[in-house]
Amino acid sequence: MNAPTGIGARVKRKEDQRFLTGTGRYVDDLPLARATYAYFLRSPHAHARIKSIDTSAAAKMPGVVSIFTGKDVAEAKVNGLICGWVVKDKHGQPHKSPPHPVMAIDTVRYVGDTVAMVVANSHEEAKDAAEQIHVDYEVLPANVDLATALQPTAAQVHAEAPGNLIYDWELGSKPDVDAAFAKAAHVTRLDIVNNRLIPNAMEPRAAAAEYDKGTGNYTLWSTSQNPHVLRLILSAFVLGIPEHKLRVIAPDVGGGFGSKIFCYADETLVCWAAAKVGRPIKWTAERSESFQTDCHGRDHVTQAELALDKDGRFLAMKVETIANMGAYLSTFSTAVPTYLYATLLAGQYTTPLIYANVKAALTHTAPVDAYRGAGRPEATFVVESLVSKAAQEMKIDPAELRRRNFIPPNAFPYQTPVALQYDSGNYAPIIDEAINIADYKGFEARRAEARSRGKLRGIGFSSYIEACGLAPSQVIGQLGGGVGQWESAQIKFNPTGNVQILTGSHSHGQSHETTFAQIVSDKLGVPIEQIEVVHGDTATTPFGMGTYGSRSLAVGGSAIMKAADKVIAKGKKIAAHLMEASVEDVVFENGTFKVAGTDKAVPLGQAVFAAYVPHNYPLAEVEPGMDENAFYDPANFVYPAGTQICEVEVDPDTGVVDVVNFTAVDDFGNIVNPMIVEGQVHGGIVQGVGQALLENAVYDKETGQLMTGSFNDYAMPRADDVPSFKLGYKVTPCPHNPLGVKGCGEAGAIAAPAAVMNAVHDALAPVGVTHVPMPATPLAVWQAIHGAQAAA
Amino acid sequence: MTISVAMTVNGKPASGKVEARTLLVQFLREHLGMTGTHVGCDTSQCGACVVHVDGKSIKSCTILAVQAEGSNVLTIEGLAESADKLHPMQEAFRENHALQCGFCTPGMVMSAIDMVKRHDYQLDEPTVRRELEGNLCRCTGYHNIVKAILAAAPAMKAAGV
Amino acid sequence: MYDFAYHRPKSIADAVNLLKSKPEARPMSGGMTLIPTLKQRLAKPSDVVDLGGLKELAGIKIEGNNVVIGAMTRHADVATSADVKRVIPALAGLASHIGDPQVRNRGTIGGSIANNDPAADYPAAVVALNATVTTNSGKHTADSFFKGLFETALADGELITSVSFPKADKAAYMKFPNPASRYAMVGVFVAKTGNNVRVAVTGAGPCVFRVKEMEDALARSFTSDAIKDIKIPADALNSDIHGSAEYRAHLVTVMARRAVDAANK
Repeated sequence: MNAPTGIGARVKRKEDQRFLTGTGRYVDDLPLARATYAYFLRSPHAHARIKSIDTSAAAKMPGVVSIFTGKDVAEAKVNGLICGWVVKDKHGQPHKSPPHPVMAIDTVRYVGDTVAMVVANSHEEAKDAAEQIHVDYEVLPANVDLATALQPTAAQVHAEAPGNLIYDWELGSKPDVDAAFAKAAHVTRLDIVNNRLIPNAMEPRAAAAEYDKGTGNYTLWSTSQNPHVLRLILSAFVLGIPEHKLRVIAPDVGGGFGSKIFCYADETLVCWAAAKVGRPIKWTAERSESFQTDCHGRDHVTQAELALDKDGRFLAMKVETIANMGAYLSTFSTAVPTYLYATLLAGQYTTPLIYANVKAALTHTAPVDAYRGAGRPEATFVVESLVSKAAQEMKIDPAELRRRNFIPPNAFPYQTPVALQYDSGNYAPIIDEAINIADYKGFEARRAEARSRGKLRGIGFSSYIEACGLAPSQVIGQLGGGVGQWESAQIKFNPTGNVQILTGSHSHGQSHETTFAQIVSDKLGVPIEQIEVVHGDTATTPFGMGTYGSRSLAVGGSAIMKAADKVIAKGKKIAAHLMEASVEDVVFENGTFKVAGTDKAVPLGQAVFAAYVPHNYPLAEVEPGMDENAFYDPANFVYPAGTQICEVEVDPDTGVVDVVNFTAVDDFGNIVNPMIVEGQVHGGIVQGVGQALLENAVYDKETGQLMTGSFNDYAMPRADDVPSFKLGYKVTPCPHNPLGVKGCGEAGAIAAPAAVMNAVHDALAPVGVTHVPMPATPLAVWQAIHGAQAAA
Repeated sequence: MTISVAMTVNGKPASGKVEARTLLVQFLREHLGMTGTHVGCDTSQCGACVVHVDGKSIKSCTILAVQAEGSNVLTIEGLAESADKLHPMQEAFRENHALQCGFCTPGMVMSAIDMVKRHDYQLDEPTVRRELEGNLCRCTGYHNIVKAILAAAPAMKAAGV
Repeated sequence: MYDFAYHRPKSIADAVNLLKSKPEARPMSGGMTLIPTLKQRLAKPSDVVDLGGLKELAGIKIEGNNVVIGAMTRHADVATSADVKRVIPALAGLASHIGDPQVRNRGTIGGSIANNDPAADYPAAVVALNATVTTNSGKHTADSFFKGLFETALADGELITSVSFPKADKAAYMKFPNPASRYAMVGVFVAKTGNNVRVAVTGAGPCVFRVKEMEDALARSFTSDAIKDIKIPADALNSDIHGSAEYRAHLVTVMARRAVDAANK
């Protein structure tokens, strides 16, 4: 008997064969006849005025085809890049919106800002020529330090945003929260920096474009998480190429983590220049370019306070955050520290009053936008750091303090004080399961044993909530989002019984080709080998919003369910006709239409064949063919939740933190493929552990140079930095989507930083350390221990 | 400077004219059209480009094509006996869901095979983790890669590869 | 990278002649430093002289009390050599932690020593074991070889042919890797031969250096306790985002103690 392939089965991935045999096709792999190669000259300065650019020597270099500067682009009426989310400040005014030219015209605003584009017959020739471009810069003072970016002395990034302030935004009532704090038995305070991260998908960003002079059609291959949205932005706002003349293809894409959601200058220029040059253009970022020009993530400076009563019940929370936007507003940058951050500050708790104030600041650094979790890791870090610190200060067990404040299961749907309405959840069984798996009871014995080896062992909890499955379009519209947030699906049932699922979402590691096939296999009873998922090409797939915010299954999968329902409904009419029965009497079970109480049966495949060869067919009632489209717009976000428990050992002599145990128990609702879900959790956890212990994007505060511009200085998690993980599940199905699913792609990264840092603080409490900055690098931990010793 | 190079790639003769500065990975990808070997960084750390040269795993981004003159090069494309019969390491990666986006996978698999052989098919988890120092993965969190390599070691021994 | 003329000489003499005749030429052994440097366009040699064809420079021999390692011997071969493991296990251990497995399959001892990267591992072994560096034109003592940041006693066109490491009674190397690059942020090699103790530190400063005070203390008592209170001055040490000079100074003592403990095992 064949292994099960339906919902819930650990089906091996359909996409693996090509990836394992070196036959995947990523953008840089494309063979394009007569291709040219683009190289972008980047600004070496964080802030400078361009006095002049001389390309004459470069133009004479071997192999050079064309050179473009910001002036050429501006003269060609290429518009700037857009920020697609309008956030209104606390006075109701839209955020400041400085221009974002695709190539610097007279000013460069971060190290890596694009200054010129060289197109040549090879990458090396383009690079050789770029070195011969002479740019006369007048170097200006740079504003690089987020903590001082809003001070009057800071250098101005854009005249359109005085004081570098993009918005001053708030959520909740400050007077109400202040009143609650006045009555509190205990207040816990925190000053934290959420460190800046560089996404570093293993495939660098790349683009290739071709222009067909005969038809006037452009084709752009891009490492995009959402090719339709990229096309929409390029067509409607930036390049003005009508959508029907621009085909965007995102083939195999090697990871994204948010960084490939956005519309970037590089791909825009490659597409635009392909017509100018009259030959295809290829561009692939060198890793050092990726470090400088991919959108970065996180980067908050926050002061937070939690008010508790004498029994440890949360009364109110107050959060003040400065969020770094970088030098230009990227596609969704404004929404990340507001609607994806402050709205999550209730966590899993009944905190009745919350006030959040967020100021978005410009700096002379790379743009900052969504990175795995986008706002929710920052919120979870604030909430879960506060809760663990409060537990320590009030001498309450950290699990117990959490349990005491959990939203009870009978309170769902639960309206938080920060706008969201949680649809479902049951948090206590999750933490109980995590405690079991992690053997929390045995921890003190392990701590003592570690002590005997000279190590400081600590344990940390992180109980996260996230809102994902973006999202109800009307809610997004009310909040200033510029796009719909539905997803599309098309099920093409071919005459011989095989099925193509066309989806508007995109897989760059998430395994859509398997998960989506499982849904259809389960729903329609088609063997999984006969199902193929098609994604990533605007010419073949229906318009869709793409993949981010853990939305592919909850929204895209739901669209597939809807399309499958349409296939069944149509098939039922055909089968009723073939069985000479009334439609009402026909049922669909295991891939076959039957008439209840009879032995009449028509397999779905037979009904489909009849639809293509409609000789005996109810043509008056249904059209021929079996090709069903669906668009699904969710009624609410989905709300995955879980608890992670991390155990660390600190070497007090060196400051090295070892993660020795890591448990994650999640509620993702129903699970389609546990094997794939576990993979998502593992990867997310390591990105979170990376943020907590290793990763930190550092700019020199004086010069604005990126100090962590390669893997030599930006510490990526390696295999020996992490242990194997222990996972568990609890299931409360999502009540409002047809699969009952929640998202699983970001959970690990959302919860892990707090779990790790709480464990580090627990480990170091006995030696008097009260605060370690994130990431808790060996240097940071040693300095904290050293500081505590000096103070003692 | 243009130089002729000739080597054996996946058991077949391969030759071409390259610049002195052409890296082996560029020769494989751009001259031979074998794009299974990837480039993920420019500082020799990520390991997406690992291939075997004369039986040893090396980073093909850190060796000139001319340095591989006369060598025997094995890439990810040359591992499987046929589409139906993958190398045990490839099979273990599939069985254990040790890949997601697939970009680091060719280098991971090539490093892993070399690792198993160097340790005479005897590996434990700490060894596997330490030996993966030269390969970065951003998707899997390494958990399933480690599992796959531990599973592949005895399978490789049994298969005599 | 910039293009260059490529040469693959068949003899040391040819290699030396090439290097002497072309002032902008650079020798390349394993290429593990040179190629990344070229890729970053941080060097623009007119010619690259690939020493890969000089098979006589590769190999490990035992000569009396010495392990003699040919300049073109790969790190992986040193790490797995039964002779090295038997005679100076600390040296095999050091080699087994250089870079990653793929780097160890290409990188060579001669290249590492000639390059004298401040964060390289081998210089610590050369100095602590009081090795002799042999070149095509003569010999250098360990103490005279490493001159400063990326600087050695090698003259233009002078090529290392082998390095001879005398056996020590006890020796160990402890490395604290940079969390990002995994190069030595601090590496301490401790070696005891008779009553003579040498302590060599790499990674912490611009060039490998010895810690006389620790050597004296360890000569009196070869125990980690003997050096636990010795703090080296931070003034001249490297400082970067991964480690302040003070932190590096502290790590020197920690790694030295651990090396002594390991050597005593």
